[in-house]
Amino acid sequence: MDVPVSPMSAQDSAGPAGTIALFDGPILLRATRDAFRKLDPRHLLRNPVIFVTEVVAILVTVLGGRDLVTAHAGAGFALSIAAWLWLTVLFATFAEAVAEGRGRARADTLRRARTDVMAKVLVRPDDRAFWKPTPANELKRDSIVLVETGDLIPSDGEVVEGVASVNESAITGESAPVIREAGGDRSAVTGGTQVVSDWLLVRITADPGGTFIDRMISLVEGAARRKTPNEIALDILLAGLTIIFLIAVATLVGLAHYSGSVLGIPVLAALLVTLIPTTIGGLLSAIGIAGMDRLIRFNVVATSGRAVEAAGDVDLLLLDKTGTITFGNRMAAGFHPVPGVDNRELADAAATASLGDETPEGRSVVSFARERHGAAPELPADAVLVPFSANTRVSGLDSGGRSWRKGAVDSVLALSAVPPPPEFTAAVDRIARAGGTPLGVVADGRLLGAIELKDIVKPGIRERFAALRRMGIRTVMITGDNKVTAAAIAAEAGVDDVLAQATPQDKLDYIRKAQADGRLVAMCGDGTNDAPALAQADVGVAMQTGTQAAREAGNMVDLDSDPTKLIEVVEIGKQLLITRGSLTTFSIANDVSKYFAILPAIFVATYPGLQALNVMRLHSPQSAILSAVIFNALIIVALVPLALRGVAFRPLGAAALLRRNLLIYGLGGLVAPFAGIKLIDLALTILGVA
Amino acid sequence: MSILGWVQIVLVLALVLLAAVPLGRFIARVLGGERTFLSPMLGPVERVTFRLAGIDPTRSMGWRGYTVALLMLSAVHFLLLYAVLRAQYYLPFNPQGFTGMSPRLAFNTAVSFVTNTNWQAYAGETTLSNGAQMFGLTVHNFLSAAAGIAAAAAVSRAFRRVRGDGLGNFWADLVRITLYVLLPLAIVVTILLIALGVPQTMLGSIDVTTLEGAKQTLAIGPVAFQEAIKLLGTNGGGFFNVNSAHPFENPGVLSDIIENWSLLVIPFAMPVMFGCIAGRRRDGAALLTTMMALLLVFTGCIYAAETAGNPLLHALGVSDVMGNMEGKEVRFGQALNALFAASTTATSTGAVIAMHDSLMPLGGLVTLLLMQLGEVVPGGVGSGLYSMLVFALLAVFVAGLMVGRTPEYLGKKVQAREIKLAMLAVLILPLLILGGTAISLCTASGLGSLANAGPHGLSEMLYAWTSATANNGSAFGGLSADTPLLDYGLGIAMLFGRFAFLVPVLAIAGSLAAKPTVPPSAGTFPTDGPLFVGLLAGVILILGGLQFLPALSLGPLAEHFAMLAGKTF
Repeated sequence: MDVPVSPMSAQDSAGPAGTIALFDGPILLRATRDAFRKLDPRHLLRNPVIFVTEVVAILVTVLGGRDLVTAHAGAGFALSIAAWLWLTVLFATFAEAVAEGRGRARADTLRRARTDVMAKVLVRPDDRAFWKPTPANELKRDSIVLVETGDLIPSDGEVVEGVASVNESAITGESAPVIREAGGDRSAVTGGTQVVSDWLLVRITADPGGTFIDRMISLVEGAARRKTPNEIALDILLAGLTIIFLIAVATLVGLAHYSGSVLGIPVLAALLVTLIPTTIGGLLSAIGIAGMDRLIRFNVVATSGRAVEAAGDVDLLLLDKTGTITFGNRMAAGFHPVPGVDNRELADAAATASLGDETPEGRSVVSFARERHGAAPELPADAVLVPFSANTRVSGLDSGGRSWRKGAVDSVLALSAVPPPPEFTAAVDRIARAGGTPLGVVADGRLLGAIELKDIVKPGIRERFAALRRMGIRTVMITGDNKVTAAAIAAEAGVDDVLAQATPQDKLDYIRKAQADGRLVAMCGDGTNDAPALAQADVGVAMQTGTQAAREAGNMVDLDSDPTKLIEVVEIGKQLLITRGSLTTFSIANDVSKYFAILPAIFVATYPGLQALNVMRLHSPQSAILSAVIFNALIIVALVPLALRGVAFRPLGAAALLRRNLLIYGLGGLVAPFAGIKLIDLALTILGVA
Repeated sequence: MSILGWVQIVLVLALVLLAAVPLGRFIARVLGGERTFLSPMLGPVERVTFRLAGIDPTRSMGWRGYTVALLMLSAVHFLLLYAVLRAQYYLPFNPQGFTGMSPRLAFNTAVSFVTNTNWQAYAGETTLSNGAQMFGLTVHNFLSAAAGIAAAAAVSRAFRRVRGDGLGNFWADLVRITLYVLLPLAIVVTILLIALGVPQTMLGSIDVTTLEGAKQTLAIGPVAFQEAIKLLGTNGGGFFNVNSAHPFENPGVLSDIIENWSLLVIPFAMPVMFGCIAGRRRDGAALLTTMMALLLVFTGCIYAAETAGNPLLHALGVSDVMGNMEGKEVRFGQALNALFAASTTATSTGAVIAMHDSLMPLGGLVTLLLMQLGEVVPGGVGSGLYSMLVFALLAVFVAGLMVGRTPEYLGKKVQAREIKLAMLAVLILPLLILGGTAISLCTASGLGSLANAGPHGLSEMLYAWTSATANNGSAFGGLSADTPLLDYGLGIAMLFGRFAFLVPVLAIAGSLAAKPTVPPSAGTFPTDGPLFVGLLAGVILILGGLQFLPALSLGPLAEHFAMLAGKTF
């Protein structure tokens, strides 16, 4: 039975990583529509500052309308204030809509991968011959489905049988297919990806609507966005400030009454709205959504905004040596036999032990033995492969009552009956000190010698670590190597600490201890045995190629499976927080100028001397008030690009960053509005509006 | 302004700093139960007191326990003081035979002294017996000051690195502060003041013959001791109605320097104590620097405004070489007057050596603003520090994100709960000050209390509510404060100004104490350098001050500009 599926090719799925311009025509159009939709007060209730602005706008509009009907003189002024108050609210909703729109454009590409797939659910889990077509969105957790060449994988799951190449471009944007197989660290498959050869039996691990793609869509759209802890705290501060200024403006009515001046509602509304922090209030949620969006452009999906925030706070990075600090493909570079064993014998044994080892290292041992020493053993027919495990840390094979093993030196020594000769220990030390990795080789419990593996530290990584250190972030290299090897590479790469010969439990313990000292820890990992540590870490980045367990334990998934990106993730987190802080500071600093614009304007009739406070020499009271309100509205729109793009991030120490940002956004926030309000006032005067 | 004047100002402040640093360290040691040079003498007294009162100083309290203890003490003392004031006629040490206070005034006065405000809606020497002054008021001068310092110590303990150790034992703190800090300091200052001619006697009055040969009856009493503690404890309630301007309270320049020193020394010792208790001396120094810098600037503002004098008098041909001397004592001079006016409103003291009502409009504005900022430069004993810490938390929260980390102060993360409580505390000031002023100025009863019309009248009313809410207690003068509206209204403002601020702050301390301390690194927001001092000052002025600018522009600012235009009120 054939189930029609819409074939997906790599070309038409740019993946979420596709670039979307900062301002894209259709997005802007849609955002403008959404901005009006978001005026619904029930929606705005989430944002106290803008909600108050809207209430005030409604009030002024009603009063202005009444004045218009009764042909009252102040109607024009009231209505122009009302218009700009509405624009203030609209600009704020527009900022949020644009940020969401950019996410939605990415979500649309993802959604195409979630087409209505018919899953082939096995009737009996052990029989691939009989299956029942079931719509993907009705798939139950733990059902077993068959996916064959050309089929889309219907939902997230774990391969229970079979090996297949899978095109995951819908998620990662990477068109080269990857291998998925049962067991091991490559067993997780994602709904919406396509099997391009062979078949798989997949146990479904996600509930309907709760798949990875579903989560990604809701995350990039901002629909499932919950406020992060820092956003909640900031909201409280902004609400508090709003109340304070409400008190200041409300009591002003009484004080003005005593002083013999009557303040109209439009004037009070203008004063209130310019004083409450509308700039940050209007941009706060856009900043948050844009931060998630920046991560996604880096092909990293965070399961919550909280994780992005935590990334900025991280002060300890746990980095796997392999793939992050070094290129990871360690190559055999020499054999060091113990006395009484010649090179050829060692090469034979090493190659035999590596015959079943398909890792680049294992293959490099076989080819090195063949090319340098002419040793080319065949895989015996009765060979029993002994795979590498994180606990035994050796691998090899058994055949005809004999055994060959190679692996971490101390583990190999445990297999050897006699203590190692000093020459062996010296050779191992020499290799390790040179930054290489020594592997021990034993055959039938007899120590034959060491293999020297060389590993190359990535260029530029030392400078990255130095920059991180300036930012106050310590780096820890995790490696299965012995302590001496690890120390040599650590010195070359410039990390702060090393966790050598690390078992999964060691990693977990290390993280717990660091957290008990008050540190926030980030790490990345892919294997099932990384899952506990990923879950324990404050920021756990799982590799997309990793196991389902790892992906569920982490709070971010790196679609490119590039462990180096942990560093970028931290930078993006910091950039998000810096943007939020800078605009908050800017917004609050803006208040000073507004007092100087509005206070003299509203009291000059009662106390002409207060004209002295009109330091900007604004044209008239009406133009002064209007200019302040207009500036207050326009500054939101003017800052939307900054909110979406984020403040430029530099890897500096906190003191330097603070000095720089305080100068730009603190002092700038004090001074800029003086110039802005004056310019608007000039424009209004020239246009003859006020 | 003159060089000599500035030398006087800097000299007093230098003497304050010189004493505040060791005093702060000493208080930290005392509160930590450590041995000090006074232990051989006072240790036995301390132990006996603990045993008699059943206090176990090692039993640390959580924030709730600490708060309840503090509130309980205040409640009991309010009732006791109320009873003493009402019943003073029947109590001993009443040589003048004064009758009891009216319930309304007794309520206002009792609240006033329990909240460390010492707002006086009565004239001390013609209303209160020596007994009531000593056992009623002076006792509270000690206790309310000690309670403030204890609260500051509790908040400081929240920043210690060791977690889960509670905020300390309130009763032990209270006893130790009184015994080791307030009493010895008060005795030393009392002796100095007596040496300078301040009376300390149980007599009610003396009869003297004036130069013209007329007989005059002068009120005296146990002045020196109350003077000492009223200043050391930033209480401010004078024995005499004209407070420290009275020659029996403050005979000359030397006594004035001692008194000005007394009212600043403990408040400035508080950030030092904080640095020691929290184990962050440099951060304590940054707070102290901020306080000192702002105090200097504001003192300079008053000094400049007062020496500039009144241009209207100048236009009339009146010599104004001395500047504005109305309401000031010639024996102190402009510089010391300016420093005292700034110090008394910058702390929560409220004692005066000049009538603030008679300051130039801009000088009066500064005294108002200093109180409205929440009295943090340096603020009252204890209360100044914990109010300053609220501003520090807000400063760190607003600007801290700019270093790319969620905000933290001294390794403690500042999160939603702390911000909620901080905003709750900060709201109290504008609500009561602006709300109270607006309501009073719109009612006939309130308007009837004013002595002046126009912006000056507004300043008088604004000053009363500001002084009460900020627990300052100084009066602008002019205002008739003993009316039902103001007695009850200001009483409530004093109560809320003290406790509605203190309780959220202690809750913040409880919340922070429970948090782990993030170890400092190069990525930590620096809170001990000049940059932070500038930031903190900016936040105090913008968040703390700006909200009052509309009110101030209708009061002192309007009066100032009207005066320049030749108009008075």
